[in-house]
Amino acid sequence: MDDAVKDANRTGRVRDINGPIVTIELPGARSGEQVKLGELGLLGEVISLRGGDAIVQTYESTDGLRPGEPVRGLGRPLSVELGPGLLGGIFDGVQRPLEAIALASGDHIRRGIDLNALDRAREWRFTPNPALEPGARIGGGTLLGTVPETATIEHRVLVPPGIEGELEEIAPAGDYDLEATIARVRDAHGASRRLGLYHRWPVRQPRPYRRRDDGVAPLITGQRVIDTFFPQLKGSKGAVPGPFGAGKTVVQQQIARWSNADIVIYVGCGERGNELVDVLETFPQLDDPYTGRKLMERTLLVANTSNMPVVAREASVYVGLTMAEYYRDMGYDVVMLADSTSRWAEALREVSGRLGQMPVEEGYPAYLASRLAALYERAGRVETFAGASGSVTLIGAVSPPGGDFSEPVTSHTKDIVETFWALSKELADARHYPSIDWVGSFSGHVHTAAEWWHQEIDPNWEQRRTAALALLARDAELSRIVNLVGPEALSDPQRWELEGAALIKEGVLQQSALDDIDTFCSPAKQFALLDLAIEIYRSGESLIRLGVPVSELQNLPLLAKMRRIKSLYSSEELDRIQGFRDEVEEAMEGVRIEYSKLDRGAGVE
Amino acid sequence: MYGSIEPNEDHCIMSIKEYRTAIEARGGLLVVRDTPGVAFGDRVRIENHAGQIRNGQVIRAADEEVLILVFEGTDDLDLENTWVRFLDEPVEIALSPEILGRELNGLGEPRDGRPPVLSGLRRPVGGSAINPAARTYPREFIQTGVSTIDGLNSLVRGQKLPIFSGSGLPHNRLAAQIVRQARLVDENSSFSIVFAAMGVSYADAKFFRDEFANSGVLRNVVMFVNLADDPPVERLTLPRAALTAAEYLAYDLDRHVLVVLTDMTNYAEALREVATAKGDVPARKGYPGYLYSDLAELYERCGRIHDRRGSITMMPVVSMPSDDITHPIPDLTGYITEGQIVLSRELHNRGIYPPVHISPSLSRLMKDGIGKDDTREDHPRVAAQLYSLYARAQETRNLASIIGADELSERDRRFLEFADAFDSRFVTQGEDEERSVIETLELAWALMAHFPRDQLTRLQETDFARHLPHDDRP
Repeated sequence: MDDAVKDANRTGRVRDINGPIVTIELPGARSGEQVKLGELGLLGEVISLRGGDAIVQTYESTDGLRPGEPVRGLGRPLSVELGPGLLGGIFDGVQRPLEAIALASGDHIRRGIDLNALDRAREWRFTPNPALEPGARIGGGTLLGTVPETATIEHRVLVPPGIEGELEEIAPAGDYDLEATIARVRDAHGASRRLGLYHRWPVRQPRPYRRRDDGVAPLITGQRVIDTFFPQLKGSKGAVPGPFGAGKTVVQQQIARWSNADIVIYVGCGERGNELVDVLETFPQLDDPYTGRKLMERTLLVANTSNMPVVAREASVYVGLTMAEYYRDMGYDVVMLADSTSRWAEALREVSGRLGQMPVEEGYPAYLASRLAALYERAGRVETFAGASGSVTLIGAVSPPGGDFSEPVTSHTKDIVETFWALSKELADARHYPSIDWVGSFSGHVHTAAEWWHQEIDPNWEQRRTAALALLARDAELSRIVNLVGPEALSDPQRWELEGAALIKEGVLQQSALDDIDTFCSPAKQFALLDLAIEIYRSGESLIRLGVPVSELQNLPLLAKMRRIKSLYSSEELDRIQGFRDEVEEAMEGVRIEYSKLDRGAGVE
Repeated sequence: MYGSIEPNEDHCIMSIKEYRTAIEARGGLLVVRDTPGVAFGDRVRIENHAGQIRNGQVIRAADEEVLILVFEGTDDLDLENTWVRFLDEPVEIALSPEILGRELNGLGEPRDGRPPVLSGLRRPVGGSAINPAARTYPREFIQTGVSTIDGLNSLVRGQKLPIFSGSGLPHNRLAAQIVRQARLVDENSSFSIVFAAMGVSYADAKFFRDEFANSGVLRNVVMFVNLADDPPVERLTLPRAALTAAEYLAYDLDRHVLVVLTDMTNYAEALREVATAKGDVPARKGYPGYLYSDLAELYERCGRIHDRRGSITMMPVVSMPSDDITHPIPDLTGYITEGQIVLSRELHNRGIYPPVHISPSLSRLMKDGIGKDDTREDHPRVAAQLYSLYARAQETRNLASIIGADELSERDRRFLEFADAFDSRFVTQGEDEERSVIETLELAWALMAHFPRDQLTRLQETDFARHLPHDDRP
């Protein structure tokens, strides 16, 4: 960073403007360096060098820029500010604070506007780490002290990676602004360095950790089709592909609202402005189901709407990931949602196209797959330098053109991720939400998740899950027959199988994000509903074996109630679900007794 | 033809640079050499050997040469006798309340034979991104009087909801009906209309012009028109000019504006034409990789802004080539807009108007614009119930077409009857028939009343008590 200051403020000139790609002359320009272009000071990044020229991608519209205008090199790569004050904020794709920009430049974003991501005027209550004394050996990850960033999140002020030495002094407890010195460290060469409450980190460089660990606990999202059927572990990578209108954004927003992560980072990458505003307006009203505090206290947003400059879209995902890793390093479980990675890939394509690079599939550059893999690889559960365990779970939405999952971004993503929640247009058209298709989706974590479920909820979890999926598979098979020859061709047990699958679909899989009760479902309630649906199916199955006609069972009012019970009783009212279970047993028993009488009667004749 | 820029001429003349150094002309593009200091995106005037004036825009600016997009094309230009003037200003249009009632072209110049719009207020058509932090979430219900929209795919103020159609389908009639009938339920206020026609036929343009005149809304409409035989390149600035006018009406004059863009397919084709001429790397079907960003630049200019009284609501018309919803233009549009109204050729062939196919239709912003304080408290559940019944009814229809309706069970036959009643009573309505949202909901209840309650799982007990028609109660 000190390096950067030395060669900052080198100047040059603009030579060629081709939309967001600008060629400049800037002596000593480095690949990746940030530059300011023209009188307005448009922000850009050097992406390649050729002779004396540097090719720059700009994060802002270049309208009105002229050849010959001055250029200034900032001497550092695209980097973000990391410190208290990030949570609750909304930033653009290069981490400029959008709320402060609205105050400074009105409804539209003025070009060249330069504001710090973190508020310099605000003071934070710092409590030093009591275990630290001057003279102590400290290094990257050492806890210097804490700051209460929000009511729920304690911000752990750590020594930034790469700094090591002897602690000279540490500030006493008190209120400090971001520029204040809170510690001094003497490095191996005897140079003294000051440490503050924040530092900068280049976004394209993953933050280091001590060791990579395996995931152990599932991320609970309160969504049955995710938690019960296609679970994801904390620290893993998942994707939500789906054509437009299939409900990707709702799935992502539900995860942001209800997941049991400590921190949620939502990156709106090339998506709709109105949807981001929905998040902005509703999150501050919503309560975190785990702490009872406001959801916004653990959330931060990065917004590059589809009409904002395309190059900043490419950067926004890295900006989000770097902030996610920063909180991971404090020992938190972070979920980062990127909506949508297709827009990120298209930004890559657009830039590569303007650079005249050879396209491979559908115009995408050859490095699409490797960039995508490297991006997802920044997810993970790690042991931090401080010895704590933290994780970044990365969930990317994918928007395949025409809903075609064989297109490059979807197919490469599928090779990389561990959880794949495929959204289906057919389900969405039938208003089956979430429209996660149980045939095309997968989770590589079922066995690990099962250990958690068996210990925390019920030892029958995996067995019930398998039974439900088997029933759904039978349903698909039988439905093909029905479509060809009609339901009359099916036997009674087969028709009951269809009924059982319908109970799973409507009573368990379907979950309304708009329903006050059903929008969140605790793991215990998830299991109770699943177990109940299987139970109804199984007792009906044995009755049919006794000769009870399927129509008799289809007329039982409990089937309709099973479909509704998810939104009748909340996660706190498991006893009432148990009450319904007793009713079910009673009703089934009633049918059995009645038929065994008839049966015996028939036998006597 | 260049009348509207006349007033600027005098005070600019000193700084205007004029060159006769064109070295290349091809496919609407002109390359001019030795032009230092020309700004990217600036407006250009080109005079050919015969003294005819054309308009253009700088789309690449380098030390040695600039690339100019010529709106009227490069036909009949030569390299020796072409004079290029850089006007040192972006492409902009003149704005005043007088634009209402006018018909303009893609550069804001009159097409109606009347004098140019005179105003000191000129704005660049490019616009700039609305800060998401300055937006307000759209939630005020707009009654269009069309049941399939109001009941099942409600439109709200500040939403962009396209009509996906196909050639020969009545999208223009539906758009005109919506323009005529759209109102806010409580305020009963009407909209100012910005109508942008790109590459439409003379007949279609006339249809809208007559429609606006006959329904008496003409003084509330500004039309931007580029006909099918007008220069295609002008289609690139036309929606931008129209949206600049819409922003002026909404945010300067506090009006609620409804923007109709037709036909976005022609726009995208013009974009492809220019991209190909520039040598851009094509992505899908020859469309450039930036088609998504480019469309988003247009669509995202609609919305609501904090502390602004006006709003911009948008209804783009997209005709799907070969009725293919996965074609890049409807596909990318669907990823940007907040839903879509899809017209069906099958319904149209059965004589149903408006032929709105509800299954693939969707309004993403509906959830916050309907319900207790906006329309009626049962509305969200009624919509969900109708959708689920209709999905089941469609399956039954498919089944009946294979095994015959006679083979269906009693239960299934009820779905078949529902499907028919739904199409003929709920979807079908007259071109002048304006149904209130309450009428639409009552109609829905009348259709649902034929089902036993245990099949209406999306509704609540209180809904039955309040809304089930009494004579039909089982």
